[in-house]
Amino acid sequence: MRSFLLTGSGGGFVPPSTADFNLPPIFGHNVYTTKPIALVALSVILVSVFFIAASRKAAVVPSKLQFAGESIYAFVRNDLARDVIGHEFMRFVPYLFTLFTFILTNNIFGIVPLLQFPAMSHVSFPYVLAIFTFIIFHAVAIRKKGLLPYLKEIMFMPGVPKPVYILLTPIELATFFIVRPLTLSLRLFANMFAGHLLLLVFILGGDHLLKGVIGLKLISPFAFTFGIGLTFFEFMVQCLQAYIFTLLTALYIAGALADEH
Amino acid sequence: MSFKSTAAEAAANPLVPHTAELIVGAIAFTLLFLVLRSKVVPMFEKAFAARTEAIQGGIEKAEQAQRDAAVALSQYTAQLADARGEAQKIREEARVQGAAIIDDLRSKAQEEAARITASAHASIEAERQQAITSLRNEVGTLATELASKIVGEALDDQVRQSRIVDRFLEDLEKSK
Repeated sequence: MRSFLLTGSGGGFVPPSTADFNLPPIFGHNVYTTKPIALVALSVILVSVFFIAASRKAAVVPSKLQFAGESIYAFVRNDLARDVIGHEFMRFVPYLFTLFTFILTNNIFGIVPLLQFPAMSHVSFPYVLAIFTFIIFHAVAIRKKGLLPYLKEIMFMPGVPKPVYILLTPIELATFFIVRPLTLSLRLFANMFAGHLLLLVFILGGDHLLKGVIGLKLISPFAFTFGIGLTFFEFMVQCLQAYIFTLLTALYIAGALADEH
Repeated sequence: MSFKSTAAEAAANPLVPHTAELIVGAIAFTLLFLVLRSKVVPMFEKAFAARTEAIQGGIEKAEQAQRDAAVALSQYTAQLADARGEAQKIREEARVQGAAIIDDLRSKAQEEAARITASAHASIEAERQQAITSLRNEVGTLATELASKIVGEALDDQVRQSRIVDRFLEDLEKSK
């Protein structure tokens, strides 16, 4: 990628752009062998292996490995699922747990040396996850309330003067069917995308400065330092985004289960 | 081929999804979901349940021990109270018995004293009777003696009479 940039720039610095996210297939022209796809597959393997190893013994007194896995699981189970959804939470724990670990792992790939690419910066993956969440929270609501009462609840919020429905009904419909899945996926995508771009700017910029005249060489460390600082910042954003996606999914499910709108 | 065209479109707009990535993403996520749901979640839940049970078991054991201790304590307290009551009873009995013994002895002593007094009285009475009897005999004899003396002297006046009585009494004094 870097060499591509440098040869493409012909000496001058070309700032990283959206094109940098368009990674070519690793093997020939097979679009199933791109880096993001490989990373997603790797994340599935890593998460599966880690948690199976951590939970295999299910000991009362946990080993360090089990404690680590349990802490993450307990966080999703208790702080996200139970506190948000309430007494029916156990049904949704596997989904929320998968969501959190999957997003978190793929996000953190963005700052793992050698991997260094957040798969979630490819919008397809957040789309898939948002569609799953969309289907689940609507299905839960329809099963709980019935299709027509559910639609009625969305379109005609109780306790509102009738003329307000002219304004409220389109907003509510848009919220439930367009805004929620779209914001869910775009928030995650945009954060990962922007974060990666930011890191590219500072690290590729620092690299480019190093190749310049002596004055520019002296500035280069600052760019690298900033890049390292931003890497830590990115780590926080990556964790936060995984948390937010899971939290909002839990909230939507809780809303679908709630009797009153 | 169709994948390549979508990939090319996506190059221009990062918001357009790649078909290949959508498919892989869905499969990967579903796969991970199935693995975590079947292998990981039940095991963690099992560990949590076992831990809760262990803690609750410990608490129950401690509560049982406390209950046992309370029962033992009440038993000991009851036994102690019993023992105290018994001691009290024994003391009371002893006191009553002591009093009875004293009463008994006192009444015996009084009886004895009464008996002694009575026998003394009886012997005094007997002696008195004896004395009276003997005195009566003597007085009879004396009176007869005196009467014969008076008759013998031919009493004509008062002085003489009294002299005779005095002499008789003096004789009596001397003869004693």
